[in-house]
Amino acid sequence: MNGNGHRSANGNGNGHRPAKLRGYSAWSLVQHGLSRGDWPRTWHDHDMRDSYDVVIIGGGVHGLATAYYLARDHGITNVAVLEKAYIGSGGSGRNTAILRSNYLTPEGVRFYDRSVKLYENLAADLNFNVMFSQRGHLTLAHNDASLRTMRWRSEVNKHEGVDSDVIGPDEVKGLVPYLDTSPDTRYPILGALYHPPGGIVRHDAVVWGYARGADANGAHIHQLTEVTDIDVEHGRVTGVRTNRGRIATKAVVNCTAGWASLISDMAGVSMPVQTFPLQAAVTEPVRPFLDTVVVSGTLHVYVSQTDRGELVFGASVDPFASYSIRGSLEFTEGVAGHVLELMPALSKMRLLRQWAGLCDMTPDYSPIMGPTPVEGFYVDVGWGTYGFKAGPVSGEAMAATVADGAPPEIISSFGLDRFADGRLVGEKGAAAVGH
Amino acid sequence: MMLLPCPWCGPRNATEFRYGGATGARPDPVSATPQQWREYLYTQTNPLGWSREGWYHRAGCRRYITVERHTGTNEVRSALDTATEDG
Repeated sequence: MNGNGHRSANGNGNGHRPAKLRGYSAWSLVQHGLSRGDWPRTWHDHDMRDSYDVVIIGGGVHGLATAYYLARDHGITNVAVLEKAYIGSGGSGRNTAILRSNYLTPEGVRFYDRSVKLYENLAADLNFNVMFSQRGHLTLAHNDASLRTMRWRSEVNKHEGVDSDVIGPDEVKGLVPYLDTSPDTRYPILGALYHPPGGIVRHDAVVWGYARGADANGAHIHQLTEVTDIDVEHGRVTGVRTNRGRIATKAVVNCTAGWASLISDMAGVSMPVQTFPLQAAVTEPVRPFLDTVVVSGTLHVYVSQTDRGELVFGASVDPFASYSIRGSLEFTEGVAGHVLELMPALSKMRLLRQWAGLCDMTPDYSPIMGPTPVEGFYVDVGWGTYGFKAGPVSGEAMAATVADGAPPEIISSFGLDRFADGRLVGEKGAAAVGH
Repeated sequence: MMLLPCPWCGPRNATEFRYGGATGARPDPVSATPQQWREYLYTQTNPLGWSREGWYHRAGCRRYITVERHTGTNEVRSALDTATEDG
């Protein structure tokens, strides 16, 4: 893949749809490798139309996947995806790319398991290598309360057909020899929830793959297009105002993260969301030594090793609500200290960089998906620290919601009305440490 | 991370405090409907801009303070003792 394949270039793509999606294959790789020819652009710029059947706000995994499945599953192709910066510039490019489905509630497990299943076939489906590596996922338990929650989770998981089990310290040591599993540490490792299908994926590739697939099916992706207002008349959406003009539409899907409440406020729908920054960091690359994803809720840290050999660290959200994505020394100190408690051998490794993204936290740590009291205004928001892993299933379910006017079974528990009715889907026990 | 100008202790790191968020009036437990309780529990403002919020100085004077902070820049405009409203 040409690393610049996702960028919008000037000129020739403007205005027309590609006649046919040109597939990637081993043969095309050899051909291009030998000829050193340019790779064709993977998706195109278009002039903005005055009206679209569906306008999706947010050009991340969720928005682009919604556009893709609207076309693939429902034949709705007159669709615009509006992105205020560049595609994948928000949460989709800032997460730590961990996928798993070992949640706590049956609703959550079924939902995230569908996402893992879609991810398993995504590279073939999109003809785009997303580098999904199902290397296994370990959530460490350092006290009896954690072990109890993990047994609960593993039973719910097994009941829903998800591969998940509690293992002891010896098995943990066998999977990750670098972990300090001795009983003399401050927080000894008593066991772990082991989830073999979990793993990591290349998050940019997922964004680019969906963008390419949506574009090939006729959707328009408009970058540098910021929504400034949403027109609502008599309780119905009639259009969207942007920095590039007004678009008439009867269906708007809010697929933003970090801006969920601000965009929803434009339509007059208030969201039970608080926006918090979440920081992450990456080290210099080293030889492969860490096969699995390792998470510790007690130590507020998660670690994985990328295909390039870098260690990716993440933590909990910052301790106060903010839209500022500046990094902080407290995060670096905290994450370094906690990683060293788990793996003392890493003490000489150097951090390369740190960054932050915005997380829309909901009261029950489950998303808010489906219709709203404003007709034609749909939300796919409240993604807290678990949005990236839910990208494919959310796109599929939101496309069905828009096409049918009602949410499908798999997201029926995640409606906005659950907060008024008191039917919360409490996932804090499985999602509080973002990963 | 961020310095908060505690009216009792002077400028201190935000990690010494517990964030309480924007506070609203608590409904009357006798007369409030379930709907009002749920609004109070779940629906807070989430502004991008100036926000008036409570903080507890747990590793300092252990006083509750009311802070005006810009949520986009984390700039702090004022900090008052919540009980006495003294700066």
